[in-house]
Amino acid sequence: MSESIEAASVEVIRRGRRRRVRRRRTVVVCLVAVLAALFLTSLCVGHTVYSPYDALRVVLGETVPGASFTVGRLRLPRALTGALAGFAFGLAGATFQTLLRNMLASPDVIGITSGASAAAVFAIIVLGLGGTAVFVVAVPAGVLVALVIYLLTYRQGVLGARLVLVGIGVGALLNSVTSYLLLRAPAWDVQEAMRWLTGSLSSAFWDGVGPLAAGVVPLSAVLLALERPLTALQLGDDSARALGTRVETVRLALVLGAVGLTALATAATGPIAFVAFLSGPVAQRLTGGNGSPLLPAALTGAVLVLAADLVGQFAFDTRFPVGVVTGALGAPCLLWLLARPGRTRLARRAEGVL
Amino acid sequence: MRTRSSLWLSACVLLVAVAAVLSVMFGARTVSPGDALAALVHGDDGSLARAAVRQRVPRTGLALLVGAALGTAGAVMQSLTRNPLADPGILGVNAGAALAVVCGIAYLGISAPEQYVWLAVGGAGAAAVLVYVIGSRGRGGATPVKLALVGTMVTAALSSLVSAVLLPRLDVVDTFRFWQIGGVGGASADGILQVLPLLGVGFVLGLASARGLNALALGDDLATGLGQHVARTRLLAALGAVLLCGAATAAAGPIGFVGLVVPHTVRLLTGPDNRWVLPLSALTGAALVTLADVTGRLVARPEDMEVGIVTAVIGAPVFIAVARRQKVREL
Repeated sequence: MSESIEAASVEVIRRGRRRRVRRRRTVVVCLVAVLAALFLTSLCVGHTVYSPYDALRVVLGETVPGASFTVGRLRLPRALTGALAGFAFGLAGATFQTLLRNMLASPDVIGITSGASAAAVFAIIVLGLGGTAVFVVAVPAGVLVALVIYLLTYRQGVLGARLVLVGIGVGALLNSVTSYLLLRAPAWDVQEAMRWLTGSLSSAFWDGVGPLAAGVVPLSAVLLALERPLTALQLGDDSARALGTRVETVRLALVLGAVGLTALATAATGPIAFVAFLSGPVAQRLTGGNGSPLLPAALTGAVLVLAADLVGQFAFDTRFPVGVVTGALGAPCLLWLLARPGRTRLARRAEGVL
Repeated sequence: MRTRSSLWLSACVLLVAVAAVLSVMFGARTVSPGDALAALVHGDDGSLARAAVRQRVPRTGLALLVGAALGTAGAVMQSLTRNPLADPGILGVNAGAALAVVCGIAYLGISAPEQYVWLAVGGAGAAAVLVYVIGSRGRGGATPVKLALVGTMVTAALSSLVSAVLLPRLDVVDTFRFWQIGGVGGASADGILQVLPLLGVGFVLGLASARGLNALALGDDLATGLGQHVARTRLLAALGAVLLCGAATAAAGPIGFVGLVVPHTVRLLTGPDNRWVLPLSALTGAALVTLADVTGRLVARPEDMEVGIVTAVIGAPVFIAVARRQKVREL
């Protein structure tokens, strides 16, 4: 009698697990499909519309009159930069949110994005650098700012409200430095500066895609490989250690990887508002909170950026940079996440920690 | 306590006077105190030094007024929300004023300062209410962390909208760009006169609510027991604070962190009694903004560095220090 009950409950658990795994897999596959569709749309649509067939031929290296320049030189690097930056923002944001067990602790809230963007603006305007060199300056600066925030926050533990507040303060300071640099720059006109500050893909060309990809791909691989220890860390340090996780090493690798990704993406496109912050919660909502949120969040980030860029380019009379669209759309979403009376699991968890 | 506070009061008055004199003397060209005085008394005689002084006087006046307004507004907001991190910049009020002004310039074709003063005040009020309403939902009411976060988010969203309005309009961008980081460089006597009535009402409301705010600090029940009309006190004090920061923002652009730093410093000196804190905050704020303006003029000589940048550089570390001292409270 009891055996059959046990067998039945094991069967229920197993079925539940299978269902959750299937749901997560479906979501990931769907996100990849949407991403591919958006990518192809970004290549085809524009001042001149090309057929998907022509666009694909250009991507595969064939020479198509007209399309080779427009698609190959202009739209392909733009779409690649958008997808890579969105992927990086989403992945970094979800890593921070999961690691700190706090929805609010995404890199754009806690000041890391501001560090990278101040450094990138300094490199571009004052030092006159471009391409790879900007990344070489922005990434260490992002890491340095993260370290400063960490040290300022550190007092019998780091988590919680203090981190967010110190991050907001550091971010405000760095943002004022950035706007000072931008407004004084003789070579940049104000519009260009504003575009950059809100996050834009309009200056994305091939010379930036190489270094961005060279940084984003390995760092993403590291973070995604650490998904399982990250899940263990969520149980608390002691339990994670008991499960055989090397807590300190894993955490350091995760933080460095996420800061690096944020800095790379910021250096390439400017701080695109809310992508890092929203990707994690949106992905959680899609997967129903099953399994690690990293990959779905990263894909969501890429989808968000490409979709917002399409909207910004073609939905209005004027072309708006991608950051304006994500900022204008993201803020209501976020306020809704924060203020909803019946709260999500993630929001409840965030409140528990703060 | 009383004598000590009066001592500090006289010290603050002295500080304001020194700041005003420095502000008239220093800049791209240094003017001797004698020349400055002569220019003030006898008017412009065509010499460069006196011309410089004539230009710096309205600028100094505006810096003093804006600083006093922001200092008072910050002190009122902090006691009103019982939130040590309240500041017009942090709570999204500046961004609300900015958006309203930009929309007015772009869509309604407004160019006269006296019109966009009202827009700025309206925008500031709307943003303040929005942030406060969202921030006080959920468990625990309006905690410092929640308000700061909601303020940051609302600021980000409103700034996106500002960019969205501005980017297609090159002509508006240029007038708006220096206003946006906050500066008193473009001050004129007419401009000051336009914001003066609003600031006056704001000061009266703010300073008059000092006693009520003291009672509110004891908690709503006790305040009611002491004969305070809690809701009315709140409303009047909030109206005063919004008028002050809206008008200040309209006149000089969003200047952050003054409202945060000044009341904390003053409270260290005099204790928490609002009857002292509010006037001293006004004086200290005036001195701080004026000195920040002088610093900006000297650092970036012969150009200006906007006050907003200098105050952010001074204010952000204070914000961080306050945040570190704060006990971690639940969201």
